[in-house]
Amino acid sequence: MSIEVVNITKSYKNFTALENVNLHIPEGELVALLGPSGSGKTTLLRLIAGLEQAQQGSILFNGEDNTNRDVRERKVGFVFQHYALFRHMNIFDNIAFGLTVRSRKTRPSKEEIREKVHSLLRLVQLEGLAHRYPSQLSGGQRQRVALARALAVEPKFLLLDEPFGALDTKVRQELRRWLRHLHGKLGLTILFVTHDQEEAMELADRVVVMNEGRVEQVGSPEEIYLKPANPFVYSFLGRVNLFRGRIQNGRIKLGEAEFTAEQGVSEGPAIGYMRPHDAEVSLHPPQSAAATAVQAHIERITLLGPLVRLELRRLDTKEVFEAEMGRQRFLELLVEEGDVVYVTLNNLSIYVESELQSVPTPALTPVHVTV
Amino acid sequence: MKHVTEPAYVRWSLIAVAFLFLGLFLILPLIAVFTEAFKQGAGVFLAAIAEPETLSAVKLTLLVAAISVPLNVTFGIAAAWAIAKFSFRGKNVLLTLIDLPFAVSPVIAGLIFVLLFGSQGVAAPWLAALDLKIIFAVPGIVLATTFVTFPFVARELIPVMEAQGKDEEEAAVSLGASGWKTFWRVTLPNVKWGILYGVILCNARAMGEFGAVSVVSGHIRGMTNTLPLHVEILYNEYQFAAAFAVATLLAVLALVTLVLKSLIEWKTERKSKAEEDYYFDASGEKAG
Amino acid sequence: MRKSFLRRGFLPGFGMTMGYTIIYLSLLVLIPLSVLFLKATTMSWEQFVGTILDPRVIASIRVSILTSFFAACVNAVFGVLVAWVLTRYDFFGKRIIDGIVDLPFALPTAVGGIALTSIYAENGWIGQYLAEWGVKVAYTPIGIWVALTFIGLPFVVRTVQPVLQDWDLQMEEAAATLGATRFATFTRVILPHLLPAIITGFALAFARALGEYGSVVFISGNMPLKTEIVPLLIMTKLEQFDYAGATAIATVMLVASFVMLLLINYLQWRINKFDAAR
Repeated sequence: MSIEVVNITKSYKNFTALENVNLHIPEGELVALLGPSGSGKTTLLRLIAGLEQAQQGSILFNGEDNTNRDVRERKVGFVFQHYALFRHMNIFDNIAFGLTVRSRKTRPSKEEIREKVHSLLRLVQLEGLAHRYPSQLSGGQRQRVALARALAVEPKFLLLDEPFGALDTKVRQELRRWLRHLHGKLGLTILFVTHDQEEAMELADRVVVMNEGRVEQVGSPEEIYLKPANPFVYSFLGRVNLFRGRIQNGRIKLGEAEFTAEQGVSEGPAIGYMRPHDAEVSLHPPQSAAATAVQAHIERITLLGPLVRLELRRLDTKEVFEAEMGRQRFLELLVEEGDVVYVTLNNLSIYVESELQSVPTPALTPVHVTV
Repeated sequence: MKHVTEPAYVRWSLIAVAFLFLGLFLILPLIAVFTEAFKQGAGVFLAAIAEPETLSAVKLTLLVAAISVPLNVTFGIAAAWAIAKFSFRGKNVLLTLIDLPFAVSPVIAGLIFVLLFGSQGVAAPWLAALDLKIIFAVPGIVLATTFVTFPFVARELIPVMEAQGKDEEEAAVSLGASGWKTFWRVTLPNVKWGILYGVILCNARAMGEFGAVSVVSGHIRGMTNTLPLHVEILYNEYQFAAAFAVATLLAVLALVTLVLKSLIEWKTERKSKAEEDYYFDASGEKAG
Repeated sequence: MRKSFLRRGFLPGFGMTMGYTIIYLSLLVLIPLSVLFLKATTMSWEQFVGTILDPRVIASIRVSILTSFFAACVNAVFGVLVAWVLTRYDFFGKRIIDGIVDLPFALPTAVGGIALTSIYAENGWIGQYLAEWGVKVAYTPIGIWVALTFIGLPFVVRTVQPVLQDWDLQMEEAAATLGATRFATFTRVILPHLLPAIITGFALAFARALGEYGSVVFISGNMPLKTEIVPLLIMTKLEQFDYAGATAIATVMLVASFVMLLLINYLQWRINKFDAAR
């Protein structure tokens, strides 16, 4: 079932959690709501579930307005960050809860409930634990019980709040793979909240990046990584280098490095973003005539398994930045700490700082770069 | 969040029922004490208060509290230090034993001291030889009162000290502070509200104890009569206005106790709430 | 010595405080209480049983248990209600109400006793209306029940309140997303969680009511076989210098209190364990 969020605004006593949020989630997709804490992602999830009321805007499921519908009637599966399993009930009763609380008329028979619960236990690979209590299970097992409990009522879609937040790394990896698999099997629309970009990139078909109550970008993991809509998305996803400079007479100047800007670009201060793996390190000045390389001093070399990270300081602007390369390339280079190298700045994204708004994050517009 | 609360009409009727119940059982009796006291005018009220027997009862009540409360505070601090800062076998047994006086009927609390020190008691020959009188005298009243108020300070202080942990004390000792210095400078400031809380409750019970004191006192007017016992005597002599007049003194004591208690709760709650707010700010998403 | 030193860490004062605790506890509580049992053993078995099985004693035990039980029941129901209202709702005067709940702890029992008597006597504020309906409260078992309800009122409120304050609202939200009505959420999710605290509060109120003396003597009328409670009977025996009789009844009562105390401590331990296992 598809979810449509239209113009939602939600504010609390002293701050605005969501501001004019619009979002469309197509049926059957696995979507991540990604953002730092305080970005409003959990609030959005709770609004969709009906656990919160918005001041303004509407929420539609398959085109049907659900804005004022009670949470009990929305039929959404919600998995809480700390699972919220009923502590005094065993696993069986926890999973069966949504069925046993139905009114006599709509409640399935005892036999049907038993069958349903056991098939769900098989699905979440917890057969044989039906009579355990939540306190007797591991974190990962509890998480799966919470999922089974949400699935028992045959929800229209699943909402997961930081589903793996409370688990250790190894279990998290396993559960991610398992959730991916489950999604493929059930074909259910799943929306989950996370602050972990790796988790969002690895799991989701589509990532919604949020910040300060706004949606910054929606796209596939590749799109948002390779074509970040703005500096926030750029810096939130992965490591990034930042260079300050100016745009003058159609030229972008970042220290000694110069690039040609598109026609009609406004002049003023500019910021260049670059991923560390886009920095090309060499011992000699590059052959091409374009002045896109700068000289830098190697301050520190860090070995990260297959990768090598160089911490560099530009000789012209004294800015510190990082370059990453494969181990093989590093061995070919034969450099050590203290050496001075040439670094070509590839795939730069340049943003112009507009003068009207500069606080707190300056509004920046991307400029197409031609060397 | 409308889903986690009830409709307004349910809410307001629950509040109304709670008010009715508390009004009937708590507030009405409290009002009754004051209205009955002034029923025959302020003159009778003042006369009852100014009567020498009332004044001597006030004095005795204050004396008893002044002895038994410090005794139990000392005990409470010692017990809390041993129990909260160290681990040893039988801790739960010790905690249960400290609770014992709460489980004993006040009448039995009085009875045991009569059996011990009374005219036919175990220690009677020894007391006679020394010409000491405990039962039907002030020492008996003090003993019985100390017994019934025994757990108050310890019970209040043990969880507070346990929650504080012992990191700060260990740090102080490792920095070269002596045991006493550590206690005065580190532990005491951390638990002062807990102690005060215990003292207030202990004092209220010490001044108000009726059953246990009634058994051991002998009801000698002007000699072994505490305020609650004096109330009973006046009441049984059908001097209702006077009985209630003396009772107002105890009711005011109760009200002061409740106010102080709430103030301490408010103060310590505010402190923990400030810590909570900090936590909420740190993880903004939690809000709402 | 060295071993215990290591195990207990290096804070000083364990020996001194522990020693003081044990000595004070023994002198003030343990030795006096054991005198009661000592005295009881000087009686012959027939004498002891004869005292206990006396119709007047049996009747007083019956009155004590029944009135205490019903008082604790009422307090269990209304205690949960008051705790709920105080933790969940906002209304004018909430702080005052929260403070006044402890009044029975702070008000001397004798004062509570005479105040309740004046209200529920046949010419009292409430007593006169009840009398019109033919209900007598003061000087009947109902009066004892009123006094014991007063005295036990704070217990359930104060055991349930912290549990409700720590309660994870997400449980209720989870129940709501699963389609449970508010009523079903309360009976099937919240109430089972509160149950250990309610039982603890009930047991505390019941135990306190069994031993209560001060507030009851005024309102009960103290009629043998009808409105005489056990502590009052012990008092009566003492006034008649029947120490053996008083001791026998007190011993039975004390043993009952110990059992209650162990039960309460066991329940508290269960609650803590339950919470730790979250």
